[in-house]
Amino acid sequence: MQMTYLEAIRQGIWEEMERDPDVFLMGEDIGIYGGAFKITVGMLDRFGERRVIDTPISESAIVGAAIGASLMGLRPVAEMQFADFITCGYDQIVNFAAKCRYRWGAAVPMVIRAPSGGGIHGGPFHSQNPEAWFVHTPGLKVVAPSTATDAKGLIKSAIRDNNPVLYFEHKALYRRIKEEVPEGDFTVPIGQAAVVREGSDLSIITYGAMVHVAREAAETLEKEGISVEIVDLRTLAPLDEDTVLASVRKTSKVLLLHEDTLTGGIGGELAARISEKAFESLDGPILRVTAPDTPVPYSPPLEEAFLPNAAKVTERARWLARY
Amino acid sequence: MSAPAILHSPKKTDPSRELALEFLRYMAMMREIEDRIERKLYRQGKIVGGVYVGRGQEAIPVGVGLTAEPEDVFCPSHRDMALFLIRGIHPRQIFAQYMGRVGGLTRGKDGNMHMGDMSRRIISIISAMAASVPVAAGAALALKYRGARNISYCFFGDGATSRGDWHEGLNFASVQKLPVVYVCNNNQYAYSTPLSKQMACANVSDRAPGYNIPAEIVDGNDVFAVYDAARRAAEHARAGNGPYLIECKTFRMTGHSAHDQAEYVPPALKEEWAGKDPITRLEAKLAGEGWASRKEIGRIHDQIREEVDAAIEWAEKSPYPEASELLENVYDRS
Repeated sequence: MQMTYLEAIRQGIWEEMERDPDVFLMGEDIGIYGGAFKITVGMLDRFGERRVIDTPISESAIVGAAIGASLMGLRPVAEMQFADFITCGYDQIVNFAAKCRYRWGAAVPMVIRAPSGGGIHGGPFHSQNPEAWFVHTPGLKVVAPSTATDAKGLIKSAIRDNNPVLYFEHKALYRRIKEEVPEGDFTVPIGQAAVVREGSDLSIITYGAMVHVAREAAETLEKEGISVEIVDLRTLAPLDEDTVLASVRKTSKVLLLHEDTLTGGIGGELAARISEKAFESLDGPILRVTAPDTPVPYSPPLEEAFLPNAAKVTERARWLARY
Repeated sequence: MSAPAILHSPKKTDPSRELALEFLRYMAMMREIEDRIERKLYRQGKIVGGVYVGRGQEAIPVGVGLTAEPEDVFCPSHRDMALFLIRGIHPRQIFAQYMGRVGGLTRGKDGNMHMGDMSRRIISIISAMAASVPVAAGAALALKYRGARNISYCFFGDGATSRGDWHEGLNFASVQKLPVVYVCNNNQYAYSTPLSKQMACANVSDRAPGYNIPAEIVDGNDVFAVYDAARRAAEHARAGNGPYLIECKTFRMTGHSAHDQAEYVPPALKEEWAGKDPITRLEAKLAGEGWASRKEIGRIHDQIREEVDAAIEWAEKSPYPEASELLENVYDRS
């Protein structure tokens, strides 16, 4: 069935709520309004106020209450209206949720949905990609789907997982991509990357909206005789190192691509691991194409300059292929 | 692991007397365990990390804790050790926890009262004060979600009420009419900062009307008063009327932690509160009512000391965790 990324997330949540009465939703404006992005439209009517809870503007309370409910065995799916606002619940996520299992053996089966990313003229507080903060926090799982199929399969896996899972959904993909999504109940496992395009000259390792940028760049490069392999990480924590290293060993050249800013981004971590574990396979420097170390600007020419795009990737990839 | 014999409740022939004796057993046990921890094991270097005790505040966890039903949820603060005893955690597990041994509730992953056990419905505190407040609301939400008539008890100090989490948690619980009993141990100091620099209102309970939560102030060193207030609060929450706040006025008779001599506390203030010690007052009541002679009370203390000696011995024999456990349980694999 043809489906948008947004509809896939929505359907995944809906099906899990039908399947498991312990799954419920909390967030700002998710009930009567159906969510700022309309992910939860119709859910209040179907599942009622008990399972679709409109909360005060209190991210700390939303996350904290999700923790308390999940410790009691429920499976809350909490929505941050924008990923940018997740900072207001940061302590609850990194100090409470992430450490329960390690400290005292308690499972925290909760999901935090975080609509992230730029390209929608949202400016500095509606465009950020804060995933690296959480990848750096042991005890959390972090996923970032790039396709409708993965969006549905990963939200289901996240809901069924017994750990706190941060689900970064890219706002620019909501209605921009549409694809055939398998019918019925399926999951995409957390912790598994996917080689979404086979190639032999260089590997682009990426995730989220940048997978589509990488595909566009790969099409251009193919016409120039450069064969690009694309690895879609899908899960950022725990990282699927094996798939990344296998691709690097195959192509010998690697370009790391993310929309998040450069310093302290996931690219740095990947570069270190590749250097440590696949150094002998490398035929060129590990390159990064990322947003620069600035806040996300509002004005279109500034935002365009900020975001990685196919032209920027193509240029760096050409250089790397020639190296 | 069965509880020490002293903590087994005898048959209740005279309910008032039996309850008073139960108060004493838990309060005296908490005092004895914490005295050993702070004044002996810490100073001997057998406890290497932070020590935060509730000396002088024992009436609060005991008076409140004994109103709870087994399926109710506790979110203790770090000065509420008696809640663990009430739920059947053995003193030897507490000593092992403090000493970083595998016999502790966290197997050495964390120390002091940073521990929990969902099978006993105790949610572990974290160091950032008030973080448990929204979590307690979530636990109450789960109870209500499942149609249980149980409630969650959320404990914190006066300092925690300055945090945003506290306010967000109370507001959310009240809007959702969740069954939460908030218990503030207002011991008048947050580390070295007195209440007057913590908040501009006179009482923590003054903050409750802003959330439409009923609140009352109680003498936190009178275990009977605490118990009665907690019963009122629990009844209110259990009946589906939403949260209720009890502010227990007390005093922190130690430093913030064992390393802190609390020289910032005026000596006269400390002296004044030393005269209001909750255990001394309870024993006077026991003797005055003819519920227990001084000799009987002495025997209870003797028995507690023996139990505690044995618990420490057990904990010291409990091994340290293997270094290989470092990497275990970051994720739940089930």
